Amino acid sequence: MTASQIIFYILAVFILSTAVLSVTTRKIFRSAIWLLFSLIGIAGLYFFLQVEFIAAVQIIVYAGGIVVLLIFSIFLTQQSGKEMAKAPIVRTIASLLTVVFGFALTWLLIWQHGFQKINKDFDWSVSAIGTRMMGTGKGGFALPFEAMSMLLLAAMIGCIVIAIKTPSPSTKKDKPNTTT
Amino acid sequence: MLSFENISNAIHNWLYHSFSPTTALWLEFVLVAVCVISLFSFLGLVLILMERKVSAWMQVRLGPNRVGPKGMFQTVADTLKLIVKESMTPDGADKLLFNLAPFIVMIIAMMLMAPFMFARGFQIWDINIGVLFFTAVSSISVIGILMAGWASNNKYSLLGAMRSGAQIVSYELSAGLSILCIIVLTGSLRISDIIASQENGWWIFKGHIPVIIAFVTFIIAVTAETNRAPFDMAEAESELTAGFHTEYSGMKFALFFLAEYINIFIVCALGATLFLGGWMPLHVGHWQGFNHIMDYIPSSIWFFGKTFFLVFVIMWFRWTFPRLRIDQLLNLEWKYLLPISMVNLLLVTLMAILGWHF
Repeated sequence: MTASQIIFYILAVFILSTAVLSVTTRKIFRSAIWLLFSLIGIAGLYFFLQVEFIAAVQIIVYAGGIVVLLIFSIFLTQQSGKEMAKAPIVRTIASLLTVVFGFALTWLLIWQHGFQKINKDFDWSVSAIGTRMMGTGKGGFALPFEAMSMLLLAAMIGCIVIAIKTPSPSTKKDKPNTTT
Repeated sequence: MLSFENISNAIHNWLYHSFSPTTALWLEFVLVAVCVISLFSFLGLVLILMERKVSAWMQVRLGPNRVGPKGMFQTVADTLKLIVKESMTPDGADKLLFNLAPFIVMIIAMMLMAPFMFARGFQIWDINIGVLFFTAVSSISVIGILMAGWASNNKYSLLGAMRSGAQIVSYELSAGLSILCIIVLTGSLRISDIIASQENGWWIFKGHIPVIIAFVTFIIAVTAETNRAPFDMAEAESELTAGFHTEYSGMKFALFFLAEYINIFIVCALGATLFLGGWMPLHVGHWQGFNHIMDYIPSSIWFFGKTFFLVFVIMWFRWTFPRLRIDQLLNLEWKYLLPISMVNLLLVTLMAILGWHF
């Protein structure tokens, strides 16, 4: 085995074992932390492939964004420090079956697709990614990019609408009393 | 001439000359690790002593003055004390996460050292996404704090961690936007390119008022991100005892304390790199004689001088401004800094497109 293969297997074992731990642990906060390690392992895989931009985006979006959100929502739930009850045997078997069939399906798809090795350098510089992303010609992704940004904008406006404080007439009346 | 670049190149050549490439690479890893760890411990000692001396100076008192000449070895003595103290783990704490948290905070601070250029041609990893690497990795450090606050099984710690999390997540935005201003002007994320673009003048001078606004925003945002006063809501001794590290003692506490100061150094180094030209000496237009004299000062002294000047500014804030309330803190970010830096980014983009900068 070459050194790069050893590094790959170490990363793969790290990702898979932390992923398994994140679904088997019975403390919900630990589950989030194992998920974080798994995601960072995937970022490590990207660094190993020398696609540094994707690796950094993986860390910003998943580790720095989604896991922090998850942790915040765990903090706000009740009794999240307690150990959860053991899952019933039926649920364990069902999830095991799901894992087996899901793995079989994925493996089958990859097997049938038969990936081909392309001996071509690919341009992974940030400026190349930016040009493709905003390009309107052939191979440009301007339309999907804009569609995604509209989706995110809608989500943001939705959040603001949910979180906005509507000043009700009763609180307005109380205000002079509380401040004095 | 003896410089960091020559020394590192000589070591590199000697290693590759006398060992096989793989062994040489491993030896270089070990060397870099030793260098980073010794820099860390040195910086920790110096910065904490500096903080105490600066605060004493601001409050017209002497500060530490018993251990060693002028109290120089005070922090060494403090560190020795912390090492011999017992590291307690409270009953009812999540043992694994409680013990893991200080190391996560520390490892992230160490990883952040990688893209910096400490002197001319003296850098650990000239990664092509340099600044983005910095923003990405520093976004994980909040998880270390949240972990510490949660695993301590203490209400104060949890509150401190929540505040700290909200603060770091929100101030990351305006820090990121002000960093983007410089990236727009430079057109590259690589730290060496950013420094090279400042050869004929630092961005803070070349970029007119928008870059100065970005610089001020950056300094405010990183002061908040490192949980420093006047934004030290996460620690707020008077209401939360010590925030997320209330339950920590001994060496684990020392790691948190050290990481806080190292983070100050790191963000100041980033500020010096982006706005004040990294290791580039101060050059003024056509003053040939002046420029030549400035070139004689070694590049490492320029870099560390600028960084320590920014560190001093941040310490100055701490001993000058009163602490903000949590709602004032979030208002400042979301209602003032974020809109200002967004408009500012547009201005800088316009400036870069029209070529109005020098």
